[in-house]
Amino acid sequence: MGRYFRRKIAIYLLTFFIAVSIDWLIPRFMPGNPVDIMLARMGTRGPAAAEAMRSYFVQAFGLDVPIGQQYLNFWNALLHGDLGRSVYLFPQPVTKVILDAVPYDIALLVPAILLSWYAGNKFGAFAARNKRLDNTILPLGYILTATPYMWLAILLAWLFGIVLRLLPISGAYSYAIAQPGFNWTFISSFLQHWILPFASLFLVGFGGWAIGMRNMIIYELEADYSHYLEALGAPRKLIRRYAYRNGILPQITGLALQLGVIVAGALATEIVFAYPGIGYLILQAINNQDYFLLQGCFLFIIIGVLIANFTIDIIYVMVDPRTRTGLQGEGSR
Amino acid sequence: MKKKNELLYFALRNTKLRIGLIIILFFVALTFVGPLFTTFQPLDYVNPRGPEPPSGEYWLGTTMFGQDVFTQVVYGLRATFFVGLIGGGLGTLIGVVVGFTAGYRGGVVDEVLTMITNIVLVIPALAVLLIIAAYLKVRGVLVESLFIACFAWPWAARAIRAQTFSLRTREFVDLAKLTGMKDRKIIFTEIAPNMLSYLVLVFILQFGGAILTAAALDFIGLGPTDSISLGLMMNNAVLWGALLLGMWWWFLPPGLAITAIVGALYVMNVGLDEVFNPKLREM
Amino acid sequence: MSLQVDNLRVYYQTLRGDVKALDGATFAVADDEIMGLAGESGCGKTTLGHSLIRLAAPMRYVEGRVTLDGDELPVWDSARMNEFRFKRVSIIPQYAMNALNPTRKIGRMIAELLESRGVTYKSIEPELRRRLDLVKLVHSVLDLYPIELSGGMKQRMVMVISTLLDPSLLIADEITSALDVSSQKAVAEMLVEFRNRGFVKSMIVVTHDISVLYQIADTILIMYAGKLAEKAPTETIIHAPRHPYTRLLISSLPEIGVKYADTRLTGIPGNPPLLLAPPIGCRFRERCPVAFDKCREEPPFIEIAPGHFIACWQESGTHAQA
Repeated sequence: MGRYFRRKIAIYLLTFFIAVSIDWLIPRFMPGNPVDIMLARMGTRGPAAAEAMRSYFVQAFGLDVPIGQQYLNFWNALLHGDLGRSVYLFPQPVTKVILDAVPYDIALLVPAILLSWYAGNKFGAFAARNKRLDNTILPLGYILTATPYMWLAILLAWLFGIVLRLLPISGAYSYAIAQPGFNWTFISSFLQHWILPFASLFLVGFGGWAIGMRNMIIYELEADYSHYLEALGAPRKLIRRYAYRNGILPQITGLALQLGVIVAGALATEIVFAYPGIGYLILQAINNQDYFLLQGCFLFIIIGVLIANFTIDIIYVMVDPRTRTGLQGEGSR
Repeated sequence: MKKKNELLYFALRNTKLRIGLIIILFFVALTFVGPLFTTFQPLDYVNPRGPEPPSGEYWLGTTMFGQDVFTQVVYGLRATFFVGLIGGGLGTLIGVVVGFTAGYRGGVVDEVLTMITNIVLVIPALAVLLIIAAYLKVRGVLVESLFIACFAWPWAARAIRAQTFSLRTREFVDLAKLTGMKDRKIIFTEIAPNMLSYLVLVFILQFGGAILTAAALDFIGLGPTDSISLGLMMNNAVLWGALLLGMWWWFLPPGLAITAIVGALYVMNVGLDEVFNPKLREM
Repeated sequence: MSLQVDNLRVYYQTLRGDVKALDGATFAVADDEIMGLAGESGCGKTTLGHSLIRLAAPMRYVEGRVTLDGDELPVWDSARMNEFRFKRVSIIPQYAMNALNPTRKIGRMIAELLESRGVTYKSIEPELRRRLDLVKLVHSVLDLYPIELSGGMKQRMVMVISTLLDPSLLIADEITSALDVSSQKAVAEMLVEFRNRGFVKSMIVVTHDISVLYQIADTILIMYAGKLAEKAPTETIIHAPRHPYTRLLISSLPEIGVKYADTRLTGIPGNPPLLLAPPIGCRFRERCPVAFDKCREEPPFIEIAPGHFIACWQESGTHAQA
């Protein structure tokens, strides 16, 4: 098991290293001088201002030192939590801007991911044992999982926000509220704004997990050990319990693999609902050519995904006894 | 019955396959035939009255700027199928090469390739594309397809690798090796035919996945800058307040088209699996 | 009589029609009898074995009666069969190496299985340990996961589990097929030991390997193309078989010590008939060296000597009906 974890950690560190390096490399390999690009996009505000901006950017990009040193400086700043200053929200430091947005993301993503995974698996398991249920859940699942995240978000927003006028479709809480706080007005407003983006993320994920679990259960019910138990007269309940327990394992690994997709989906959803998470920040950064903010968001996403992957790896080891005995690494399914 | 005829027999009778195929063919037909039904270009401002709901003149209505939605959908479908084919196809190709080499060779080669696969898997494609796209001003559908392929291949690689492993240890491969067959010959004559059906399934999934990824990218604004696509339509719709103004004909059709196509692909996939794998066929 | 089977027919449903895999089996197995069930692949022996305990799709019950210790076994009704399974009829499956849930400790799985069948683990535990000793498995194996056991150990574990509740009838399905010769001997001897100690009353050992049956079986039942060919005590089958098929079968077995230069191995030319539309009459007719006109009519499975049954017009001579 130690070996298993050491390999995992090694891969994650390597991934982080590569990702950060990509982040550093790309602007330097793009056509044109990054500083000039920035300046062109910021527009000129007079030669003096342009010159001040230029020297700022040169320094910010560290272009005044040799390239090797630039790389090291980059890492240095990163490890100190300094991600530069946002252009879009100048002069706020990028780190602060992002950290302000992170709680909203967590509030949205964590319940959506966990609940859709849990509910999807449960429904998929139900579908696997009842033919009639299977015929309704299966097509529904396929439709949901084929639906692009942003389209479902748009549909929900339109249906509940515009047509039925039940729920708001913009922001995390009412614009009338000045400051978030632990009072009822804020919380109720927050929930109202939260429910639609949450539902959108939940539904698409739900479809995928339900289908996956249904297939896993069917596979397990056809396994030799299931037939053996049947031959020995074990009740269906016991066999189904074993099938569920075994079928859930690849679903756990599947969750880790889906994280990239879910992140993209959350981004699209936040855009539709103008929900102030990292996704929304990214949109603003792109539209305002805020390179530093973009870079910072990128790093946060990478770190978040790596941490989530690592957590899931730990959970998997606890749940699948085969990894503990060290005779087998993660399943090759 | 000969094997090929047997496959065809079951293929034509499989409901899921038929439904999926019909839907896909419908949209493919629309891609080719659709432009014949419209004299407009997707980005032309054809309606002086601006946004209008569907009517006899403009079948799917017009956008905020008076562009014909039907035309946009029909031309956007081209981008959709292109990305699916090129992006999905390339992703499958890379995945097959990597996955097969890893599975067949084993040992150090396998370790290294698996590590690379895992690394690319973990990096969220979107994040890298953000950085790249923020710097490339002009992007075409081809470039987008290449991007998508670069991040989609690990899925195919994993699946192919697992399949190769299971095939490699089968007796008929050992037998071939015993008779002194060269490696390359073994691959092409013994292993490949058994993997063919699996490859088709993997390709279909890659096709659908590429379409969804492209839609997401286009929606965020990182898609092609020089043409219309379904994701871009939804992007524009939201950007220009179609939601608030209730212009459902602008954002409903593109999303519906994508859902229908990808859904049909998934259903086809299940149907094909049943055709290839006799154990799954319903009695 | 321990087990009595009358005219059991079980077909396989396929898109092209019913495959008549088991087409009228009538025989009996007495208490303390180990009956070998042998024949080539596709003869129906596995179908027969499985139909006695778990008749699942695509198998389809057509007709026939099965009686165990005087009680009727409702093989066509899976729900009602459940009360007989494990307690009165049990099976050691061909896939014994994969028969254990890979994510459950073995002891825990056994406990859960027993509890679900209404037997407390505590009451059975001492006996379980005694049996583990008998098959030479350490008790600590109960705390292991199946993946930590070798193939042979898993096999023995499944043997113990299947016989834990002392079933009246045990079906052993090709349990030596995947083993090396010395393991085969050990497993075969264990089966006999189970019978001798009264863990099981009667046994049906399904295999294509007649040499194993020679070691442990009291009687052997030879099947061909879904029909019963011959049933007799082991000695008779091996040294004095009467059915043409059995004769050819036995004579095609290699003997130890005989060199290729001295005698050539003979097989049986031809192939068994496809069971989708089997030939009328004796199914061995096409390949039989002594077939004659009467063989176009199906021979009944009758007793030509005490304990010796055969389905052959040639051999049943004066006993045959006109």
